Formats: sequence, C-alpha cells, structure tokens
Amino acid sequence: MDGPVLADKWDALIEPGRVHGSLYYDTAIFKEEIEKIWFTTWVYIGHESEVPNNNDFVTKALGPMPVLMTRDRKGEVQLLLNRCPHRGNAVCVLEKGNKASFTCPYHSWTFSNDGALIGYAFPDGYQKAEKSELGLSKVTRVANYRGFIFGSMAAEGPTLEEHLGGAITALDRLCDNSPTGEVEITAGFLQHRTKANWKFILENECDGYHPAFVHSSIFSVADSGITDLYGADAVAVTRSFGNGHTEVDPRPEFRRRDKPLSWFNTKPERLPDYVQQMNEAYGPERAREIMIDGTPHIMIFPNLFIAEIQIFVIQPVSANESIQHVTALQFKGAPDMNRRLRQQTMGSVGPAGFLLADDTEMYERNQRGLEIRDPEYLYLKRGEHRERHDEDGYLIGHATDDLPSREIWKHYRSLMEDK
Amino acid sequence: MTTEQEAIAGPEILKAWIGADRVFEKKFDPELYHEVSQFIFREARLQDIHDYDAWEDLWTDDALYWVPANGTDIDPETQMSMVYDNRSRIALRVRQLKTGRRHSQTPPSQLARIISNFEFLKSATDDIKVVCNAQIFETNLRGDTMWAARNEYTLRRVDGALKMAYKKVVLVNNNKAIYTLSFLV
Ligand code: FES
Ligand SMILES: [Fe+2]
Repeated sequence: MDGPVLADKWDALIEPGRVHGSLYYDTAIFKEEIEKIWFTTWVYIGHESEVPNNNDFVTKALGPMPVLMTRDRKGEVQLLLNRCPHRGNAVCVLEKGNKASFTCPYHSWTFSNDGALIGYAFPDGYQKAEKSELGLSKVTRVANYRGFIFGSMAAEGPTLEEHLGGAITALDRLCDNSPTGEVEITAGFLQHRTKANWKFILENECDGYHPAFVHSSIFSVADSGITDLYGADAVAVTRSFGNGHTEVDPRPEFRRRDKPLSWFNTKPERLPDYVQQMNEAYGPERAREIMIDGTPHIMIFPNLFIAEIQIFVIQPVSANESIQHVTALQFKGAPDMNRRLRQQTMGSVGPAGFLLADDTEMYERNQRGLEIRDPEYLYLKRGEHRERHDEDGYLIGHATDDLPSREIWKHYRSLMEDK
Repeated sequence: MTTEQEAIAGPEILKAWIGADRVFEKKFDPELYHEVSQFIFREARLQDIHDYDAWEDLWTDDALYWVPANGTDIDPETQMSMVYDNRSRIALRVRQLKTGRRHSQTPPSQLARIISNFEFLKSATDDIKVVCNAQIFETNLRGDTMWAARNEYTLRRVDGALKMAYKKVVLVNNNKAIYTLSFLV
C-alpha cells in the first residue's frame, strides 16, 4: 500500500471532506473490503419475482462471489453457494432455469435445491460420511423486505431492518407506486462492465453535481425534465439515512410542479390504465399524492441503487473493475406503465445507454486519473457549510453537494476500522 | 450409480444464442448479392468513420434498430435490450452523438469492422432479408476491445435505392458483462 500504515491508517486515508486515492485502487484494501463490507454487511442479492415458481433458480452474486438463488420444493427462497463441498466444482453453470436438484459434473454428488446432499456416486467408498454435513453452504443470513432479498455472511449483526433504517421508507415509497403494492424484476438484466472501482459508482448515484455536465449531450437534444432537478437553483435535496444509505429527494420540486406523473416526464392521459388502477387501489386523493411524489432515487449501501424507474446492482470484481447489473422496475399488473418503464430504461442505461455510457466513461477516467501521483486526495467538501437536519433528524444538503459521498465514507470507515 | 442423472442441458443452452430456426434462400442471385453486400459494406464504413448523417439516411421511416441482450430471439416487448430504437430514437441517438459532448464518444472510438458470411433468408414480401457476421475492432481511451456479432437485416427498395428497415445486432457475448458500447454497432 502506498498510503499510511498501521494504527492511524484510517485517520490518514479518510479525513473529513477528503479521501485518499489508494482507497480506489489498492488491492490490499479491496481484499479487506470484501471481508469487512461485502462478507459482513447486508448485501442485496435479488428479487423474489426472479424465482416465481417452486424449483426456479437464478445465478446472482454477493460481491465477487456467485450465489444461486433458488426457490426450493417447499417454496422457500434459498441463497446457496455454488461450490461443491467435495472438491469445489460448480454444481450449476446455468444462468437460470427450473430444477429440483443440482448434480456436480465432477463426481456426481447431487444436491437438493435447498442445499442438502441427497446422494453421491459409489456410496460404498464412504464409511461414515455424514450427508447432513456435506450439503451446499448457504449465505449465513437471508432476509426479505417486500420481495427484495438481502444476504449477510455474518452470523451476527444488525437485522436487515436495522441496517436499512430510514431507507426502508424508500422501498415502501417505491412499492406504493405499484397499483398492487408490488414491484417485479422480470425484464432480465443488462450487464455493464467498467474498469473502475465500485465506490466510484456508489458515490456517483446520488451525485447531483454531475448531470448538468456529463449528460448535457442528451439533455440538449431530448426534453428529459431532469435538468431543473440538478441545477444551481434546484430545490431537490440530498439526504443521508445513515449506514451509508443516501438519496436524492426531488419531491420538493415535484410538489412545486403539482402535476401527477411529472416525475416520469409524462401525463396521466398517456398512462390511462395505470392511473385508473392507482385511483382504484388508493383512492383518488392518495393516488394523486403518490403520482406527484414518484419513485425514490436511493443508493442503498453497498450495492442496490433504485433509480426511479430501474434498479442497478453494483458488483465489485477487483480494485479496478466492476459490473453494473441493471434492469427496469416493473409494477405488478400495470402493463402500460411497465412498457414505458422498459422503454425509458433501455434508452438510458446499459452499455449503449444515453446516460450510463457517459457516467461509466467518467468512472473509467477517474480510475485512470488516480495513477497520477498528486494531489493524493480527492476533495469532497462541496456544501459542507450548508448541511442541515430535516424534521426527521436526517442530514440533508443541496442536490449538488458532496454530502452523499461524505456520509458513505463515514459509514465505510466504521466498517473498515478494526474496533 | 445411486445419484440422479440430469438430462443433458446442451440443446437448451444452445437455443438461447442460436435463436429460432431461419429459412435460408437457396436461389443465388449474383447481382442482388453484389448490391446488398456493397450496401452493407457502405453502412459499415459510415459507422467506422462516424458519418452520422449519412448513416441515419440509410434508414426507412418505420425503421427498427435492435441490439438484444441475453440471447438472440428474446421478446423485446418484455425483456431488456441494449438498443431497441424506433426511427425517432435512432434520430435521437444520432443527435446526441452529434453534440460533440457524448463523452463516451469524445474522442470517438477508432474502428475497423469486417463483414462477412452473407446469407439470404427467404422473404415473403419484396423486402430483402439477409444475415451476416461482423467483427469489430475498437480502440478508445479505455483500450482495445474486440466485438463479434451476428447481424440480421431487412432491406427495402425506396425510390430505387436500398434502405434499412430493420437491423438486429446479436453480440456473441450479449449475456455477459460487456464494456460501454456507444459507437454505432
Ligand atoms: S467436486 Fe463435486 S462431486 Fe467431486
Ligand atoms: Fe449520471
């Protein structure tokens, strides 16, 4: 490591308002993050609608590690580690499918989709092998909040709800935008690879300073309705929920506009079925409120970014490589809305997206910039002087401030520091 | 053997990336072959040199430009694609590139593509259907990237000139994590 060492390592790496560049490229720090963040805290894995039927499975990941998300024969969602307990082969190499059991191709050990070893080849060779101890390992703790499945490799620690804290209201707000109260992840993921550290992605998600510049090409040729949100005069705020969760909250702007579906740059006449379903589900008054406020823009630490109409799942691959998995959010039972959600998502994100191709270009340039020796630190003081607390006690700032980065680093440090 | 033997999953796996059966045209028309290949070579050249206006001109009014993800014949009306542009979104894509502030194309990717393996498909109308393979070398600020695709076109004669009504680009690795793809593929 190039940076400072030993006891005051973290003091020197993470100062108030500036962080050391090695945090983004040092391979030893990356390894430490895998242990202390990815294999400790709650990490978003997948959505239960990705395995709707018994025996469905889909390959997901927990950090750099692949995870098999299955719905077992009894209907329970399981997070299995795809490593044969015999000698380590993969028991499943398919991305998704429907199977009640997985047979390892090497010596034919067979596992049920809840992980139990149900048979091995030529059993006479095993005198006292305990089948019950030779099943697939599992993600240690699994929790489901409104269909969003999270996993933690730590046996002890905060519950998922404690970890999410105030961020849980954003998941509720999201589900409220569905006339059935349920969201679904059914459109398949685009996988966008980038030669950049995962934390550049994490910090960019609630950075309201960049859109006016990074996305000026698309804003200048398409009326996206986003420009007003991230200008110097914006009334939108950034908020920190603690535990590294940050959001951009544009509701003050949408409430000022007072137009349903303005958040989605459309009008009720364009989505008549959706609007009718919403009115029937919530009553016209509440439905109108929901459709004015819109869906959240929240980065749930460390890897789930809900970006109004789509979700991103951030996956670290190495210190200088990451993958953004992205798909459209879908509202259960709202086909006209879902079509628009997909169309807008496909235009914006993924390797060819009008927005994300350019965000990703910035990540890669940042990463390469850090190879330049000076200045050693990144500067994150924008808006320090105007941080304040909202009525719920959460720290908020101007939409273009570095508050989300500062708060992410505060939480990061608390996880990384040896206590 | 006491273990359950799985059914071999091979053909299922193949299906996703080979796609549905295609009916190939058996008759060979050397003139058409020449005309179509010249048209597609020209399209490739316009893409390589970033002549956005000339490229946009190749499209019909009802055009569809499609780069699927996660397979060849996915349902674009329910599944995510990397590009699924109708005519107006093609125009938007071009307008964005022409601003000069599309950062992932500033500076533009340096490109050379090889187009080969032309085969005509049976067509029930006057539209010409042709498939071919493309291999594209890209170099940009990030480094060198090699892309490979199986392309499918529907071409139509409009006022005597060939136009593209449909272009589908099936990247061979479209189910994997891929780098930014912001040049015209
Ligand atoms: S490695 Fe799986 S059965 Fe031997
Ligand atoms: Fe952005």
